[in-house]
Amino acid sequence: MSGEQVGLLVDGALFTLWLTLGGAAIGLVLAFLAGLARVSSSKVLRAIGFVYVEFFRGAAVLVLAFWFVYAMPMLGWQFEPVFAGMVALGLNIGAYAAEIVRGAIQSVPVNQYEAALAMNFSSWQRMRRVVLPQALVAMIPPFSNNIIELLKASAVVSVVSIPELAFNGQLIWSGNGQAAAVFGGLLVMYGALALIFTIIMRLLERRAARSVGRQPDPGWWTRLRRRSEVPA
Amino acid sequence: MNWDWDYVGSMMPDLLDGLWTALLATIFGFLLALVLGLVFAILRRSKTAWIRVPIGFIVEFIRGTPLLVQLFFLFFVLPDFGVQLSPLASGIVGLGVHYATYTSEVYRAGIDGVPAGQWEAATALNLPARRTWTSVVLPQAVPRSLPALSNYLIALFKDVPQLVAITVAEPFTVARGIFADSFRPFEAITMAGVLYLVTAFVLSYLGRIVERRYGTVRV
Repeated sequence: MSGEQVGLLVDGALFTLWLTLGGAAIGLVLAFLAGLARVSSSKVLRAIGFVYVEFFRGAAVLVLAFWFVYAMPMLGWQFEPVFAGMVALGLNIGAYAAEIVRGAIQSVPVNQYEAALAMNFSSWQRMRRVVLPQALVAMIPPFSNNIIELLKASAVVSVVSIPELAFNGQLIWSGNGQAAAVFGGLLVMYGALALIFTIIMRLLERRAARSVGRQPDPGWWTRLRRRSEVPA
Repeated sequence: MNWDWDYVGSMMPDLLDGLWTALLATIFGFLLALVLGLVFAILRRSKTAWIRVPIGFIVEFIRGTPLLVQLFFLFFVLPDFGVQLSPLASGIVGLGVHYATYTSEVYRAGIDGVPAGQWEAATALNLPARRTWTSVVLPQAVPRSLPALSNYLIALFKDVPQLVAITVAEPFTVARGIFADSFRPFEAITMAGVLYLVTAFVLSYLGRIVERRYGTVRV
């Protein structure tokens, strides 16, 4: 493999990271907006949240990306392809994550709401000071699944010619024709990226668990150390 | 920009053919995922570490990497080894193997849900391993897994558009062919997307019915 090809791969991997992080940021904002809308007391907000979640869970990333890139320019405005890809990813993952936000908020025990009410907290304070800090901890593990899904979905937008990892891989393959090496290598690179994300999310998860005074499960390192300490 | 219904009407037959191809890929891909997923789930419980660990690694790896790249791998790499699959067949194998890694987790949860007493009873009755699985464990584990499995049917259908990358004649491939001639992508892409959306909604409605009817275990 020539230096130029290695450069393409590195650029592609960085682009994939950029798409994933950008998509995650858009998705996170949408998820909180829609998730909070779905537990709101206003019927209109609940309906809006419901429609958003149902529609974008049904629409595949590729469908959205295709539509943004090929169909929308005919309506007179145009996204930059990279931004279109990011928005497509964010809209889709946001709809899944909104359900997680909703579930996590609803999983906070009712007594907590009641206690906050009894202490005369405003509804914003109730959410910000009591409910969300506890709900956030419950959200992180399912979010880490979502971010892996997002990483995988980011390969899909290569179909609309965004120069990320899968797209650059195809470029290299059309240059040298070594399908097994190129596509096998791509899979390994995606696997490595997924591993990195998993590790980061696992660390976040443990931090969050500690922040609400929960003892996280011992990791493999602690387990290994303990096993050598405790005689069987 | 005005919407041209005559143009839409003229491309509908081709798009519907594409949708039929997409449904074929969904059905056969899902059947493969159901069978292979069960195989993965059982092998991952094997007593032999030499089977359990590599299968576990393969399953996790396939689950952690993009379907699209796996499709490329199947479509472009296998011919080097003398295996020539049609685009649709590669698509079905790719979807099936990818989703088998998901369904295997669903089966695993179902198998874990079988009470330990059932395993012990099978041991006490001196049933061979094969009998334990086919007559005791799976009849209880599989119905429990049905509701979650139906979700993956819909998820799999939503991944079918990715087959556009390996030239399977599904709606988006058809739409691309149409607007390459007419230079009017708007209607073609929109209609292909609408077909996918409507079908996904219908499938998820059916899935909900299946779940309500068969989701409970009758002992």
